[in-house]
Amino acid sequence: MRLLTHNMLSCNIKGVTNGFPLKLEADKWVTKEVDLNADFLRGIFPKIEWSALLAAARALGFAELPEQADASMLSSDDFLRRFHHALLELHVEEGALVCPETGRKFPINKGIPNMLLHEDEV
Amino acid sequence: MKLKQLEGLLGGLEQFSQPKVELEQYPTGAHIASRMIYTAESSYEDISGKIVADFGCGCGTLGIASALLGAEHVLGIDVDSESLEIAGENVTDLELDIDFLQCDIRASNLQGLLVDTIVMNPPFGTRKKGVDMDFLSLALKVASRAVYSLHKTSTREHIRRAALRDYNAKGAEVLCELRYDVPQMYKFHKKKEVDIAVDLWRFVP
Repeated sequence: MRLLTHNMLSCNIKGVTNGFPLKLEADKWVTKEVDLNADFLRGIFPKIEWSALLAAARALGFAELPEQADASMLSSDDFLRRFHHALLELHVEEGALVCPETGRKFPINKGIPNMLLHEDEV
Repeated sequence: MKLKQLEGLLGGLEQFSQPKVELEQYPTGAHIASRMIYTAESSYEDISGKIVADFGCGCGTLGIASALLGAEHVLGIDVDSESLEIAGENVTDLELDIDFLQCDIRASNLQGLLVDTIVMNPPFGTRKKGVDMDFLSLALKVASRAVYSLHKTSTREHIRRAALRDYNAKGAEVLCELRYDVPQMYKFHKKKEVDIAVDLWRFVP
């Protein structure tokens, strides 16, 4: 699971109002390099929840993203590289996503989060 | 990548080993899948450099086609562990990178505006009535650029009305009518193979 996917996920338990972002607990992750596409990054930047990306990257030991980010940084190659790395090159293989409101853990196995709900959560 | 090459690669994918009739698990054949995604890219530029989600991805055919045609990021979503495992193997075999998520799409909550294009071959609603409409309504909420979907030709007017009137789609166009080869997969299938007329739709949310 890339952190780009993590940025899309929120807790879907019935009644939860504040299910985003899910806290990332990672036991195993890998880096897979992929070509940087600057146009893509510039286009997606305004749609990314930055603080969620920041926290998730830190959970994977990547502390090189700035605390705050704004569009002016997109002209910096250095920023683009870090943004690219966090968003697309870090893959969580084993761990869990935790609902910020209920504490419910959704396990991640072989890179796949399981967000199937129990009957009483639907 | 040329259409023929794409079709060839998709034809080599592993499919459901023990399909579950309740989930209407039918593989999206290489012929349909390749044309669907190739058209999405060549006619509408909805795939390359985009974020694509495959709703009800099964063994991953449509998501894989999208990755092969240059999608920047692909997310395949399905409820079934066994399918996802096969999908993962298919992705590894082709040395691609696709994220998968296990959840019930109808109970999911995909955040924000990140998904550009949704590609799907949803269940037709023969087992769980209305599930095809659930998939469509949700897809139109999540996608920001386009939704590509397959539905039985016999439901064409119903689908068009629902999309435009109930789900606020700005566009609903049948790109072409295809014949979907359904092999004899389940016990209740009497014929060795049957052809169903399906429409390939492009919806604009």
